[in-house]
Amino acid sequence: MHVGLEHYLTVSILLFCLGLLGVILRRNLLVMYMSLELMLNAANLALVAFSRFNNRLDGQVLVFFIITVAAAEVAVGLALIVALYRKRQSAHVEDLTSMKL
Amino acid sequence: MEAINNLVAGGAVTDVLFYVFAALTLLCGLLVIVNPFSRNPVTSAMFLVLTIISMTGLFVLLHAFFLAAVQIIVYAGAVLVLFVFVIMLLDLKEEQRRKIKFFGLVTGIIAVGGILSAFVKSLAALPPAAAEPRVEGDTNALGHLLFTQYALPFEIVSVLLLVAMIGVILLSKKKLE
Repeated sequence: MHVGLEHYLTVSILLFCLGLLGVILRRNLLVMYMSLELMLNAANLALVAFSRFNNRLDGQVLVFFIITVAAAEVAVGLALIVALYRKRQSAHVEDLTSMKL
Repeated sequence: MEAINNLVAGGAVTDVLFYVFAALTLLCGLLVIVNPFSRNPVTSAMFLVLTIISMTGLFVLLHAFFLAAVQIIVYAGAVLVLFVFVIMLLDLKEEQRRKIKFFGLVTGIIAVGGILSAFVKSLAALPPAAAEPRVEGDTNALGHLLFTQYALPFEIVSVLLLVAMIGVILLSKKKLE
């Protein structure tokens, strides 16, 4: 069978589900963050596939912006995790349940 | 030689490459979240690099050459270095195995099942491919679009990067007031 849009979308949705399971099941803040990156990448793959099979380049421009924003988001998020770790000496979500610093 | 040419013309090689890269992406993605051999976050980060590199292969198969390069440079080059750097900085110990919460497992399975069923339903409604795809995501075409139709978002994103940079500097100062 010739590889088409639905094949790429299947890979994308499976990767997204992996990321979602990682966020829900893992307890380490950094691994949860990596799972978030996995979900973002799955969305990127779906957008590039749509862009290719609809013969429009707009999807790829959107992916370009998503990658830029994701890079900024990773920088801010990791800075927050480092600041939190300095206060609490832990990167485990079960040790970080109160809202007060 | 004749046989190879026929294979390339029929797209059989790209189909095989798709399955190879897709399997590699999903396998490495699985190893990011559940690795039976190690609970070390560094291992997860390394498998995330492999996931992203195999996804670059998928991007190339979709003729998104510029995005493939950006993916390697920004994700594998910058984001993952940042991840590994923070893991080293925090000096995380090997995470001890804690029991997976029953509630979390049930929630995860329900969420994944819902997403998958919605996906299967929408896949059945997918219209058949209209024309042979011929769009090329090379630097020239994408750059032209970025600086004409998408010039305003492009400038706004540059401001966003500046804001993020200032925010990170403020957050990582020693004293958090």
